[in-house]
Amino acid sequence: MATSYENSAEYISHHLTNLTYGRFENGEWGFAHSADDIAEMGFWSINVDTMFWSFFLGCVFLFIFTMAARKVEAGVPGHLQNFCEMCVEFVEDNITQVFGNRPNALIGPLSLTILVWVFLMNLMDLVPIDWIPYAAGMAGIPYFKVVPTTDVNATLGMSFGVFFLVIYYNLKIKGPIKFGAGLLTHPIPHWSMYWFNFILEVVDLFAKPISHGLRLFGNLYAGEMIFILIALLPFYAQWALSLPWAIFHILIIALQAFVFMILAIVFLTQAHAVDEH
Amino acid sequence: MNINLTMLGQLISFSLFVLFCMKYVWPPLTQIMRERQKTIAEGLEKAVAAERQLEQANEAADNELGEAKQQAAELIAQARSRANQIIEEAKAQASEEANRILEGAQADIDQEINRAREELRSRVGVLAVEGAEKILQAEVNRGTHEAMLSKLAAEL
Repeated sequence: MATSYENSAEYISHHLTNLTYGRFENGEWGFAHSADDIAEMGFWSINVDTMFWSFFLGCVFLFIFTMAARKVEAGVPGHLQNFCEMCVEFVEDNITQVFGNRPNALIGPLSLTILVWVFLMNLMDLVPIDWIPYAAGMAGIPYFKVVPTTDVNATLGMSFGVFFLVIYYNLKIKGPIKFGAGLLTHPIPHWSMYWFNFILEVVDLFAKPISHGLRLFGNLYAGEMIFILIALLPFYAQWALSLPWAIFHILIIALQAFVFMILAIVFLTQAHAVDEH
Repeated sequence: MNINLTMLGQLISFSLFVLFCMKYVWPPLTQIMRERQKTIAEGLEKAVAAERQLEQANEAADNELGEAKQQAAELIAQARSRANQIIEEAKAQASEEANRILEGAQADIDQEINRAREELRSRVGVLAVEGAEKILQAEVNRGTHEAMLSKLAAEL
């Protein structure tokens, strides 16, 4: 498959580059055609492929679940309803175990969205690695990454979404004063060490969303990388490695979606816990 | 792998999806699951109640059956004693009847004897006079011997 590239390094770097739209230094807007272009655009650019696939898969998720939710009945459920209820029940069980029975209208839908959406985005990893980029290349699109979760922007975007909720609930449940006091007095409750506590707590606070996002990104990026490396083998030998890795990857994509959800629940639980010292 | 606006875009679509899910997906699904749980719980409860009712009904039926059997036994016993009583009564009546018939017959016989005796008595005077006339070959005056004849008749 790597025949149309000059060398395998180019193949790899091509498969790891997003389709980026942004503003060049000369003020023009357009798609980046090389890594240099992307570097030139800097922050004011957007990964169109990531946005497209994540949005598309989110719509797939909502479409399936809305279909089920529209036709729900309390009697004997159909296949689709069964599946959706299974997901909902799974999410609810996990919430009950970690978050407890506090009334919160947000955490359930949030966890369900994370679980199914992240799973679907991870699932794109199982699409044979060259199909979609190749088709896109035929259509004149220079880069096309299909797995949104291998883009660190996507995972950090979600983890910071959870992070903002954590801040919101901290302020709402504990109040700004108690929240601020918690940053100062923990872990060493002595006034002379407040500055030290503050540094620790702030690092701790920001380490959570970053590790949350990077964990998912790292796992999927590494998995994608291995698929790319396998794709460098001669075509008759690829199946020997890609099949076992794909089967193993089924576990990973489900597990990573689950871990992302559980961590979100855990962070929100910590934000709700008032008397925990 | 550079941080850019995609992060913000992803954050926005994430929020939109969560809001949509919160509004249109989560509530109907959870509500319907609660409802089904309730229905199933009610069904199970009803099944238990029905079982209990069945048990009670069986017990009642057993009781009824026992009572009926007892009643039947009582009836049979009553009937048996009544039959015995009737037989006894019939026997008593029969023997009474027999006695009465016997007594009647006895009375008839006594009457017959008495009548014969009266007849004999009424005719003994005549016979005696005739006998005496024949013996005495003479006519005896009935008037003069009336007293003696009456005495004779009374002695019979």
